[in-house]
Amino acid sequence: MERLLDIRNLKVWYSTYRGFAKVVDGINMHVGKGEKVGLVGESGCGKTTTMKSILRVLDSRKVHIPEGEIIFKGSDILRMNYNEIQQVRRRSISMISQEPSAALNPVFTVGDQIMEVIRHSGQFDKNFSKKDMKSLAIKAIRDVLISDPERIFDSYPHQLSGGMKQRICIVMALVTPRELLIADEPGTALDVTIQDQIHRLLRSLVEEKHMSLIMITHSLGVARELVDRIYVMYAGNIVEAAKTKDLFKNPLHPYTRGLMDCVPRLSGGGVSEGIYGYIPDYINPTPGCRFYPRCPDAKEVCSRQKPPATVATENHLVACFKYN
Amino acid sequence: MNKEPIAKNELNRCRKKGLLSPSAKENLRIYWYKFSRNKLSVLGLFIVLISIFLAIFAPVVSRYPQHVKEFVDYEKANLPPSASYFFGTDIFGRDIFTRVIFSFRGALLMSVIVLSIAVPIGVLLGLIAGYYNGTWIDIIIMRLTDVFLALPPLILALAIAAVLKPNLTSSMIAVTAMWWPWYTRLVYGMATALSKEYFVKNAELIGASRFHILFNEILPNCLSPIFTKMALDVGWVILIGASLSFVGLGEQPPTPAFGQMISDGARYMPDLWWMTIFPALAIAFIILGFNFFGDGIRDMLDRGR
Amino acid sequence: MDKHILDVKNLKTYFLINKSRDKANYVRAVDGVSFSVKEGEIMGLVGESGSGKSTIAYTIMGMYKPVEGEIIFNGENIINKNNRRSMSFKKNVQIVFQDPGSSLNPYQDVRQILSLPLKVHKIVPRGKIEEKIAEILEMVELPADFMYKSPTSIGGGEKQLVSIARALCSNPKFIILDEPTSSLDVSIQAKIINMLLKLHREQKLTYLFITHDLSLMRNISTKVAIMYLGKMCEVAPTEDFYKTPMHPYTQMLLSSIPVISEEEEALKPKKVVSTGEIPSPVNVPKGCSFHTRCMLSTDICRSEEPIMHQVSEDHFVRCHLYKK
Repeated sequence: MERLLDIRNLKVWYSTYRGFAKVVDGINMHVGKGEKVGLVGESGCGKTTTMKSILRVLDSRKVHIPEGEIIFKGSDILRMNYNEIQQVRRRSISMISQEPSAALNPVFTVGDQIMEVIRHSGQFDKNFSKKDMKSLAIKAIRDVLISDPERIFDSYPHQLSGGMKQRICIVMALVTPRELLIADEPGTALDVTIQDQIHRLLRSLVEEKHMSLIMITHSLGVARELVDRIYVMYAGNIVEAAKTKDLFKNPLHPYTRGLMDCVPRLSGGGVSEGIYGYIPDYINPTPGCRFYPRCPDAKEVCSRQKPPATVATENHLVACFKYN
Repeated sequence: MNKEPIAKNELNRCRKKGLLSPSAKENLRIYWYKFSRNKLSVLGLFIVLISIFLAIFAPVVSRYPQHVKEFVDYEKANLPPSASYFFGTDIFGRDIFTRVIFSFRGALLMSVIVLSIAVPIGVLLGLIAGYYNGTWIDIIIMRLTDVFLALPPLILALAIAAVLKPNLTSSMIAVTAMWWPWYTRLVYGMATALSKEYFVKNAELIGASRFHILFNEILPNCLSPIFTKMALDVGWVILIGASLSFVGLGEQPPTPAFGQMISDGARYMPDLWWMTIFPALAIAFIILGFNFFGDGIRDMLDRGR
Repeated sequence: MDKHILDVKNLKTYFLINKSRDKANYVRAVDGVSFSVKEGEIMGLVGESGSGKSTIAYTIMGMYKPVEGEIIFNGENIINKNNRRSMSFKKNVQIVFQDPGSSLNPYQDVRQILSLPLKVHKIVPRGKIEEKIAEILEMVELPADFMYKSPTSIGGGEKQLVSIARALCSNPKFIILDEPTSSLDVSIQAKIINMLLKLHREQKLTYLFITHDLSLMRNISTKVAIMYLGKMCEVAPTEDFYKTPMHPYTQMLLSSIPVISEEEEALKPKKVVSTGEIPSPVNVPKGCSFHTRCMLSTDICRSEEPIMHQVSEDHFVRCHLYKK
């Protein structure tokens, strides 16, 4: 499959008073055209930071990117100038955030904000009138299964429920043709029935428009229902990457296994003990595997050396010495 | 079931290892990092320290301490700035540099006294009104505060200072009377929000006394904005004090005060410019210093980062 | 073991939103809820946001004054005129709130936080407070030197453990857990849940566990109740509840849960697909409040409010479908 996005050895550091926090520590991942990819990890593992660095929306005064490339359609996003990155943001990549109410401006109507996106996309010529834009916007609102798009078009964000707002965010992300959608926990702030609706909607729209999707989530269950391939992230490293089916059939990395054990099952069977210990210090991490202090299968080598990504089976990568 | 000894041993073990003392040094380091990230705050701290030093050691630092009392020397009158008179002399031949340094004393003293009276009153009332949000207690306190806030501050101070004898004490009373409502307002808003926080609810549900809730739960969370405001207010109190003394309602001559020196000198502008400019610059210097310092305190106490 | 520790009878808590001369508008947050909790039980109270599940807890604790109904704790009606709870109630019933960040005072250290209930209820003499705190910290498996830490310097899971420790200080009999793990990661959630189960066994506690997570409830509760718009839809013992979910809303909830195994997938009701959103509690639909989202609704649902039907010994459903 042709690669749309290719992240190579990306490192992102935050400066703090104690020194640099190495939040993203050399990750490799790629997204194919039309592929749905999940990035799964617990809070603070660096998944949102990774995604923000793709759109270059991190605070440049606090963030230092010492190494890495983010190749999008052949050019490196990290080396683009302002105009180039702006073009990518306008035309190619869009993002949906976790908090829909924070993503919408409370003083403009939903319609105004959608029109703004259309106007700045630069994908329509001058003959494209305001009326055409509005009809395009209304069609897009109807596409997210809102039954009365005209009324929603003229309403303000505070008049809508959380689920509706998230639908509007989806409209804004997808109203003009894009190639990649980054969804950062789009359902987490919503109730479970609404979350289910949003996820189904997202999947059908992405498939219909032949887009690529990066789904950031902390929930293995959400990733399982939505994406083709999963990257499991722990403390700034990708520890395992596999096709969704393979990952759930045969999880390899001790962290992935621990995480799966922790998820309470609908079929019962009690709750596991959890993973021993806590997320490590990002400022002075261990020289070896970052999961080493918590790992049930730790060996001596794990404390010294960083485990490289090894191919366990076809399309199944795991960063652990157990499979080396 | 024999649990107690284990816990006790554990406690003793920690005591021995010195784990129990919270590391004050580490905290200090964090505070200094946050404070010093803005270089202007460091400059402010520097100015504040200088002002305090000058206020305390005024008789030692200045060259002519006798010039702040009854003193006339017409031979040395109206001299421009020179090596022996840094800021020049006034129409009575008094050294302006000495008088400026002694003015620091009066100004800082005034700020300290005004704030140490106005802040506790304002904070206490704000705490009570905020915690009893929506009740008649809240209404009485906050409407009273509004009355004071509605009066133009300088006019209020002028009125009070004019009714009482014009001296430093009455100008301090005047400034105090107009200063506390700002603290009530500040604390009221925070206390209202904090009393809805779960830790306050929890203390209530456990059965803690109102005194405990007000002073142990809510008050500590209000302290950092209060301190920030206090650091900024030192400068403002000095400015208001100078305004009062400019119109003749503060410290009476011959004791020097910024406002009074400026108003005296203003009559001889622009010929004897040093009589006005240097006291004015001194005010600007001290207010700027406390403002920068206040911003630094705010950054330092900000828990967000 | 069959003694009822808590009996809630026809509880109604309304909030006034505006009052005009002829009519007052209320939010019916809790609208005629009855249930009982036996000693030693872990009762799960499940619902989406706005269903009134937290309002029930807060009304029991005395934070809100009910409009109608009885709350009987240990054989005593605790609702009195000025809605004040007795000191013995405050000692015996504790609550752990959802947000660990806001439930601990950031300007106190753990020792100060834990000593408050010890002092107020005079559990130990003043000189022994520190020892008692070390003992309580050990109960939640935190080291004794934790007592000198500030809540701002510890992680979310540890904060929640401190909250639990505080609840344990007064040797309570009954603890209300208001979504204690919903803001935490699954690996930390597993730890907290295990801790709670251990304490439940050792301290002979009774829990009222408020949550939106049905798969978690499957693993820890003995009885589950579902809330929708201030009313209870279904109550049943856990086994029974998950084997034969009856209310259409329960089925919708179960079908929306993202799961991680085929085994669980098989347990999800297939026919029901989540639609619509929970209506505003200000304008509760007439008849059965769920009829706007229900796939099985008939004319009677739109006009007549259903009553609780007993379908088996302990299984109650509020739905017209099960009318005999």
